[in-house]
Amino acid sequence: MTLAREDLSRRLAEVGYIADRDLATALWLMELLKRPLLLEGEAGVGKTEVGKALAALHGAELIRLQCYEGLDQHAALYEWNYQRQILAIKAREGAGESADAIEEHIFSERYLLERPLLAAIRRISPPVLLIDEVDRADEEFEAFLLEILSDFQVSIPELGVIKATTIPRVVLTSNGSRELSDALRRRCLYHYVDFPDVDREAKIIATRVPQIDVALALQIARMVQAIRKEDLRKQPGVAEALDWATTLAGLDIRDLRQDPETIHETMICLLKTHEDRSRLAREVTDRLLGKVA
Amino acid sequence: MTTTLPTSSVEAISAGARKRLAGFARTLRDNGFRIGLAETRDGLAVLASPAAGQPNTLKAALRALFCATHSDWTRFDEIFDAYWLGAGMRSAKTLAGSNALKTRPRSRQLGDFDGAADGLSDKASQGESAVEGSGGKGRRLGATRQETLSATDMRHIVDPDEIAAAHALASRLARAMRARLTRRERSSRRGIRLDLRRTIHRNISRGGVLVDLVFRRRKPKPLRLVVLLDASGSMNLYTAFFVRFIHGVVDAFREAEAFVFHTRLAQVSASLRDRDVARAVDRLSLIAQGVGGGTRIGESLATFNRWHAKRVIHSRTAVMIVSDGYDTGPPEELALEMQRLRRRCRRIIWLNPLIAWRDYAPLARGMQAALPYIDLFAPAHSLDSLAALEPHLARI
Repeated sequence: MTLAREDLSRRLAEVGYIADRDLATALWLMELLKRPLLLEGEAGVGKTEVGKALAALHGAELIRLQCYEGLDQHAALYEWNYQRQILAIKAREGAGESADAIEEHIFSERYLLERPLLAAIRRISPPVLLIDEVDRADEEFEAFLLEILSDFQVSIPELGVIKATTIPRVVLTSNGSRELSDALRRRCLYHYVDFPDVDREAKIIATRVPQIDVALALQIARMVQAIRKEDLRKQPGVAEALDWATTLAGLDIRDLRQDPETIHETMICLLKTHEDRSRLAREVTDRLLGKVA
Repeated sequence: MTTTLPTSSVEAISAGARKRLAGFARTLRDNGFRIGLAETRDGLAVLASPAAGQPNTLKAALRALFCATHSDWTRFDEIFDAYWLGAGMRSAKTLAGSNALKTRPRSRQLGDFDGAADGLSDKASQGESAVEGSGGKGRRLGATRQETLSATDMRHIVDPDEIAAAHALASRLARAMRARLTRRERSSRRGIRLDLRRTIHRNISRGGVLVDLVFRRRKPKPLRLVVLLDASGSMNLYTAFFVRFIHGVVDAFREAEAFVFHTRLAQVSASLRDRDVARAVDRLSLIAQGVGGGTRIGESLATFNRWHAKRVIHSRTAVMIVSDGYDTGPPEELALEMQRLRRRCRRIIWLNPLIAWRDYAPLARGMQAALPYIDLFAPAHSLDSLAALEPHLARI
């Protein structure tokens, strides 16, 4: 049965995802209305993590479909195992079986290769289907996806229609590198994942990097927040902040003011282009450190 | 998908609450949200659930349900507060302002663009009369007439009939360009991955022995064109023609985006997708007219790189800048932004109407700064010169 919204928020925290209230509500609504959830936001704000956390929360299997340019339905839905089919034909021809019998045999479940979308609707208990970076796939694929998401059935010409045994929980993520169609947007619930505020980010760091000091986690969160305000080509995401926190914890640093030299050197965890690196020179880093620590 | 909620609980909602929700959905629709019946029905399911008791939860739930884009997301709270917590529907409508956008696009967009709303009404009437001319008489002109027209510098076309004909020619040109470009997009490279499905099918006639192999090829992506049109005072004589041309381009290319800039940058693709040519061009001409102040090309490009580039540019994108290169900002800024743009897109085409002038050399400081990053620097003073561009575009 559907969980109460507060429970959902608490249980998410237990599996290591610190959600804000709005996201918890969206996830709760997803349960209530059985609609897919579309997550948008900058790269590195933890969109994919939502899918993973949701799977952990329900103890469900996570089936992930990573979208890319040129992704087609054979890679996403099903494919016949042609090599085995050809072998089977040759073997059975030798044994003198009739053509009909062979055909019956080679177009059976044994020779069907499940791809993520088909797998997601054929499980016994509902899995979490994570369709990652849907904006990278082509528009044609989006239309096809829409059909699956509304009917939850797949027709395979040789086998017939396969109806969903369970309706999976569907999470879609998009980085906004292409406009998604209105139809897809309308089918989904929508949540914009923003960078977390300082307190939440500190909590995330403390949860994910357990060996870290609470005070240092807060300092790191403040520092990362300050860096995001600088005019950078690529803003550091939560994932980057976690990398940095792990690095600092590994170097046994207890306070950001302790060793500015090391801090500046380890900033490669946060700044991923040469341009950004040179923009945050020593003086800038020191100034920011002075402000946050 | 249907909700699994028992119908009894949905029916338990009072008629008053239903009406309120329907009114809210209508208010959102008025504000440009795309909400269908399915969403409204699911909204009822939300009202029937325990969440309806707490305003904050209800807000978050309806937000997740009714929003579809980031811009919806940012405007939702305001509309929600006004409707459910404030003085009611009427205030919500005026608050969000995009209702005004729908009915009075001119004032809104012009205001957005430069904050200059005065002189609006007479500009509007000018635009309308010009468009009427183009729609009515443009179609009747013969071919010979067009030939002479297409070679004439657009500055010298003054007769209203001729202007109309030139406009029509410009949009037709854009369409023709698209048709020819698509035909050339076919790829002839052989793939590396075997397509077994097709291979087997192809070889049925050979008794299932695989003789002909079929390979998978990557489908070529269509070329995307991003046009940045300079609408400053110095370009005044040409903008009307380019507006027509750009409308044709946006309409004909499957993937095209258009921006207009003078002291600031505005995205105009949406208004250009209007099926009604006259209305689209009219609207755009008004934005383009703006105030004929100085151009800040560098700053406009910076805005473009910062906010739009990631979304509208991919690896097969050509950026077409139409400008005379007279920049009032520092040339260093322009150079830096051109460099940034260069890294992102495939080609930069700069159309400069002044090239055709006798003794023209690209001496303007802005033009000088931008030159190293341009792949194709071409004249665009007449329709012929636009047509001459097409083979270059095909090679992109």
